[in-house]
Amino acid sequence: MSTTDQDARDGQAPAPPGGPAGSAAVQITDVTKEFGRGKSVTVALDRVSLSVAPGEFVCLIGASGCGKSTLLSLVAGLDAPTSGTVATGGRRVALMFQEPALFPWFTAAQNVELPLRANGVARSERRQRVTDLLQSVHLGGFADKRPHELSGGMRQRVALARALAQDADVLLMDEPFGALDAMTRDLLHELLEGIWRRQGFSVLFVTHEVREAVRLGDRVVLLSSRPGRVLEDFSIDIERPRGIDSGETVERAMQIKEQLNEEVMRHVG
Amino acid sequence: MSADTEEAAALTGLDNLENGPVAPSGRSAGEIGGIVWGALWPKVLAVAIVLALWELVYLLNFKPHDILPGPAQVFPDLWSQLTHGQLWKAIGITLRRAVVGFALALVIGTLVGLVVARVPPVRVAIGSLITGLQTIPSVVWIPFAIILFGNNTTAILFMVIITAAPSIANGLIAGVDFTPPLLLRAGKTMGLRRFALYRDLIMPAALPPFVAGLKQGWAFAWHGLFAGELLVIVANSPSIGTLLSSDQDQSDMTGVISLMIVILVLGIAVDMMFNVLNESIRRRRGLAPAPSSARSFRFGTAVR
Repeated sequence: MSTTDQDARDGQAPAPPGGPAGSAAVQITDVTKEFGRGKSVTVALDRVSLSVAPGEFVCLIGASGCGKSTLLSLVAGLDAPTSGTVATGGRRVALMFQEPALFPWFTAAQNVELPLRANGVARSERRQRVTDLLQSVHLGGFADKRPHELSGGMRQRVALARALAQDADVLLMDEPFGALDAMTRDLLHELLEGIWRRQGFSVLFVTHEVREAVRLGDRVVLLSSRPGRVLEDFSIDIERPRGIDSGETVERAMQIKEQLNEEVMRHVG
Repeated sequence: MSADTEEAAALTGLDNLENGPVAPSGRSAGEIGGIVWGALWPKVLAVAIVLALWELVYLLNFKPHDILPGPAQVFPDLWSQLTHGQLWKAIGITLRRAVVGFALALVIGTLVGLVVARVPPVRVAIGSLITGLQTIPSVVWIPFAIILFGNNTTAILFMVIITAAPSIANGLIAGVDFTPPLLLRAGKTMGLRRFALYRDLIMPAALPPFVAGLKQGWAFAWHGLFAGELLVIVANSPSIGTLLSSDQDQSDMTGVISLMIVILVLGIAVDMMFNVLNESIRRRRGLAPAPSSARSFRFGTAVR
């Protein structure tokens, strides 16, 4: 274990590099989310505070039941917190799921075009944008294929292109590569990282794979389970491009995994 | 940049592996013949068996020959009606009523279905009423239609609409209910609202059950149409129903059976059109295998 890693781990929970809270891309303050009523109430999130700076890549990890997906739904505005606030400062937010969630009656190109249409982009401009977006995920030749004609990895790339078409300042990703084979996943990490570095949007990325989180994130935020609370906020300062199997990544992931295991063991007794 | 192109190349390689070799799409004349024969022979055989049984009953003198004629009497009669009589004109009148009535039922059923599906109080109020309407036998509407509209084409169109529209509405309601929640979430985060939400998501998602509703609606419409044509007497418009009535008056069983064959064939033909529509939707969405080999094609047609 190198000393720098040790320092990073033992250091203060890092202040987000984005500066004052008001300028954060996503500012989650004291958010509590409960489901159900009365005696059967479940607390999914318990006073969670978290901020994502503009251009920052933050990974959320935690065992099952830590409310990771709930948190993303709140940020996406699909659901409202029981108490606390979620502020995105009027930024555009796009959401990607574990399933591609493509519309099966549309071709790849039409799926990518959909958010452009919904945002009132002119027809003449849409065609070029769709071509560029599909090319950015290396699917230029598959514009006219329907989702069922594509492999799982290709569908997820179309879904990424569709999310990018929303011109979002914040990209929310809910275990987007969880269903893919390792090789495809590694390539999509590179693809996503490349696009993120070029375009500079913020990413809030949910995963249960610690190594994936370390591979991608500027920060890795560990949530506890039932109720979900922020346990730890790790700053990952490994130089990019990173490899998911590189020594540094693996080592850092091991440290974080230990804490995650402690959290899981807490629920044994 | 080189890392980027390397990643692109690797992805392309994986894509090619995933998608596998493309099967040649061309087929030889012999293969096509085999496919057609494979789809045809069970039907031909079934018709032959029915005709043979019919002829057998005829030969057994179970009933007097003028009361129960055999195929050898009926088919020449049908042929002469098709070549000389008023039958084509009658088919035209009947089909026009079916098409106009069904089109109106389509509009009404779709509008009612959409409102019921998306407005909860309306659903509570009339959701089960729509299903109730479907259970009313079509002839029950005849007195109502005649008193309301009189003995005219409007009454017959009413019969088609009142029998078909509930099925069409119910198909659409079922379809809207089956819109996958994940796609709704995706649509909402993409900014799909109101009209676009219906055009791009809810209506396409509802299409398969909707087409099933159309198919059922057509079957009901066909019932309602002939109930109307047999019992609503419209002057100067010799429809299939009118011909059927006059054959009954003359105890012309040969003519009656000829017309029933015409009605059966027309009903099957329209049903087949709905099946073609259904299959093409299924295929486009990857729910049915594309007919890539003679075997799967035969299987696909044999099922329906």
